[in-house]
Amino acid sequence: MQVVRSHRKSSPSDVVVSTLPLYRSAPPLEVRLEDFELFALDRLRVLKGISDGLSRGRKPEEMEKLAMDLLKANMRHPQATEEVNKDIISHFVLRLVYCRTEELRKWFLSTETALFRYRFRSESSEAQRALMSEFNLPYKAVSNAEFESVKEKLGQVARSMGQSLPTADAVYYKVPFEEVPDLVAARRVFLLKGHAYVAMSQVVSLVVTQFRSHLSKALILTNRKWTSTIRDQEKDRLAPIVEALSSSYLGPDYSQPKEFGEISLKDIDQIARTSFPLCMRHLFEKLREEHHLKHGGRMQLGLFLKGVGLKLDDALAFWKAEFAQKVGAERFDKEYAYNDYTPYSCQKIISSTPGVGDHHGCPYRHFSEENLRAALARMGVSSRTMEDVLDKVRNRHYQLACTLTFEAVHGSPCDTGINHPNQYFIDSQKILQSKNGSVA
Amino acid sequence: MTKEEAENGRDDMIIDGPEQANAVPDGFNANYLRIYYGKLFPHADIFKWLSYGNDGKHPACDKSYVGRREFSFTLENDIYIRFQSFNSVSEMENSIKEKCPFKIDIGPVYSVDPAKRHAYAQSGDNVFTPVERELIFDIDITDYDDVRYCCTGADVCLECWPLMTIAIKVIDTALRDDFGFNHILWAYSGRRGVHCWVCDGKARRLTNEQRAAIADYFRVYKGNENSNKKVSLPGLVLHPFLARSYTEVLKGFFEGKLLSNQNLLSSEERYEKILDMIPDASVTSELRGRWQDNKRSSMSKDDINIVRWEQLKQVLQSGKQKAQGLRRCVEEIVFSYTYPRLDMEVSKHMNHLLKAPFCVHPKTGRVCVPIDPNNCDEFDPTTVPTLSQLLEELNKGGLRQDAENGMFILCNVIYPYDGWDRTSLAESIAFFRSSFLQPLLKSCKEEIESSYNTKLQQSKNNTLSW
Ligand code: SF4
Ligand SMILES: [Zn+2]
Repeated sequence: MQVVRSHRKSSPSDVVVSTLPLYRSAPPLEVRLEDFELFALDRLRVLKGISDGLSRGRKPEEMEKLAMDLLKANMRHPQATEEVNKDIISHFVLRLVYCRTEELRKWFLSTETALFRYRFRSESSEAQRALMSEFNLPYKAVSNAEFESVKEKLGQVARSMGQSLPTADAVYYKVPFEEVPDLVAARRVFLLKGHAYVAMSQVVSLVVTQFRSHLSKALILTNRKWTSTIRDQEKDRLAPIVEALSSSYLGPDYSQPKEFGEISLKDIDQIARTSFPLCMRHLFEKLREEHHLKHGGRMQLGLFLKGVGLKLDDALAFWKAEFAQKVGAERFDKEYAYNDYTPYSCQKIISSTPGVGDHHGCPYRHFSEENLRAALARMGVSSRTMEDVLDKVRNRHYQLACTLTFEAVHGSPCDTGINHPNQYFIDSQKILQSKNGSVA
Repeated sequence: MTKEEAENGRDDMIIDGPEQANAVPDGFNANYLRIYYGKLFPHADIFKWLSYGNDGKHPACDKSYVGRREFSFTLENDIYIRFQSFNSVSEMENSIKEKCPFKIDIGPVYSVDPAKRHAYAQSGDNVFTPVERELIFDIDITDYDDVRYCCTGADVCLECWPLMTIAIKVIDTALRDDFGFNHILWAYSGRRGVHCWVCDGKARRLTNEQRAAIADYFRVYKGNENSNKKVSLPGLVLHPFLARSYTEVLKGFFEGKLLSNQNLLSSEERYEKILDMIPDASVTSELRGRWQDNKRSSMSKDDINIVRWEQLKQVLQSGKQKAQGLRRCVEEIVFSYTYPRLDMEVSKHMNHLLKAPFCVHPKTGRVCVPIDPNNCDEFDPTTVPTLSQLLEELNKGGLRQDAENGMFILCNVIYPYDGWDRTSLAESIAFFRSSFLQPLLKSCKEEIESSYNTKLQQSKNNTLSW
């Protein structure tokens, strides 16, 4: 990357050393088998912490602190010099672990990218610049003449974010908007004819995009290597470790109903009342009421029902009947027919952004307090528990709020906490089953 | 040729039939539709569009491109068939004529031919996944039910249609000026909204994440009826995109049209909804007081909505309120009542299907005609040609132009759907070609050419370096 309007030139002598690796190539190191697994587990703790934090809707500043704390707690090594090696080794081990399915890759990619982002942001600006040059980004800073021509708009953007106006020597980069999707999404850049004007302080986005696309490609390659050679070669040594590692943190896959077999259409209203988490109850009621759900809602509820074990024929009959009055069934057929979708996790639902007319999302996160109170009351939550639940909501612990609701409604503890609507359903059915001696 | 003539003859007979000459009863049915697909639907144009220049002789053409595109049909009996694909215009045309779909949806271009996806699934290496898709927007008037009083649900009229006009203007300008896209097709959805197809190569290759970023760029509504939050515009000033949308489109439409069209401030119930958006009790009670008193006494000829709006602005924008940050309220109200409401999910994912332009809506019988964004003020959904109207015109034209039949048959060799140029569809198809298809294909050709040249250059350089 070339910084045109910068007056200082960094001479090769004062190289700034950053401890943040870019993981460009696998380490040429000997790794002991125990370290292989231990390092990986330590890194998983960090990644899990990050993904939990994100799913709770923590703010960027809180996330940055959380990431640094997690690193400190888990990624230390008795020998300080070994810390970078541990960092690199653990990353590459987890690449092996998480390269093997689309779902695993997605999780690893987004969590590692988030971690990288927070680490990059906490580096000094010299170190940041050094890291940037390692990436070899092909962007030029905008010239003085161009800066003058868009200065007013850049100022407008800065002020819309509550920042002060850019000074005359401010450095901006002009990049294709596709490379800074997060800045575009938040309207934190000025866009002109497909280019985004990125301020020096926003460069982290550019770097993160590079990091992400590199890692994404690398994961595909690793996957190929894994299936073509590594898995067989390491059949007795690494492969078992790798396979065990991946299941140790990503919860179970709820796309295929297991425990309770199939559920038929006539029971569904009853079951919705007893065993659906609030997010699904709400969608279900809205559907019954309005005979219509928008795409986001159809997906969230449809995949959940699939996971719950609603038989396909029943499911289609159900949707057809519900939609007949407003939309026509075909739209759902095509969505429901996708086999490769798995039911949404709480994390995914919580981070969705329901818009006007939408009913998907997590009520704990997306409802106003008033509406949430009313909904909880309808579930039979007492006013005392209600305050506890709302307290969790105010602290943005949505899944904990849902867990409390679960416990109140079922009158029994839920030690694991709620991570997935289908888990809520299964746990609920288990409890009801043990109470009644049969499935409700 | 003779076969075509024979078919034409037969179709004409169906139209003439035992009915009175030229009179085609209103409605929508498979027989009408069959004639429409036989004589009017622009098969070749649609296919040329979706080929994006990959149907030429150029060595850099991707011959498999158009065949990897998913089409899906909804048949008369509500049967839904997905993953149709066609390698040539005649394949597509024959299939459409044979199956006579009530609705045709267009999906993404996949990594492999969608019709053969199962075969590939076994081989393992070729994952079946969407690789290209136009950036699409779906705007539906039913999402505006809380800000229009003339109709509800799927109904539209000329009083509320301006909401769609606003959406077209705001989105179209941003797509061109902010995002740098050029090949944009707007189409009437046939009933209650508009669809937008952004077809630039750059747009077709966007990742889901980038699509989501664009959708979010357009988003000002936070929350929904469950969270009782609407538009919120934080910050000292508006982002240039919002500022431009406000001054160039929203403000004018709100004050010039919707305020009086929809009688937004005429009754207590309605103005209370607007006062609700002002988080300051002293302001709202002042306004409420004035409006309740002069309910009757307003003798002026001025529209009461406009008078009240001016009063509201005056109170909110007075120096005292400015300091309290209430000024933004005026803008928030205008945004709430005018700003485009997109179905975000449709735009965010590559694998969403969208109804093809020039389909006929089964409920209204109206054709999904293109809309010219530069003249979208003139677009009138209530005069869009209907299926029966077109057939009637075709019928009349057919009689009148019988003498020139030879000419049409000549044309038939290239475009076998003669007849549209005698109907009110002519303008729409001509517009589709001249304003959308031709410029698009020109730039596709250039893109193919230039990528070919770079490749040539690269291979040359490689040889040199050896
Ligand atoms: S926490 Fe999870 S299960 Fe509970 S309501 Fe929210 S999304 Fe649904
Ligand atoms: Zn209306």
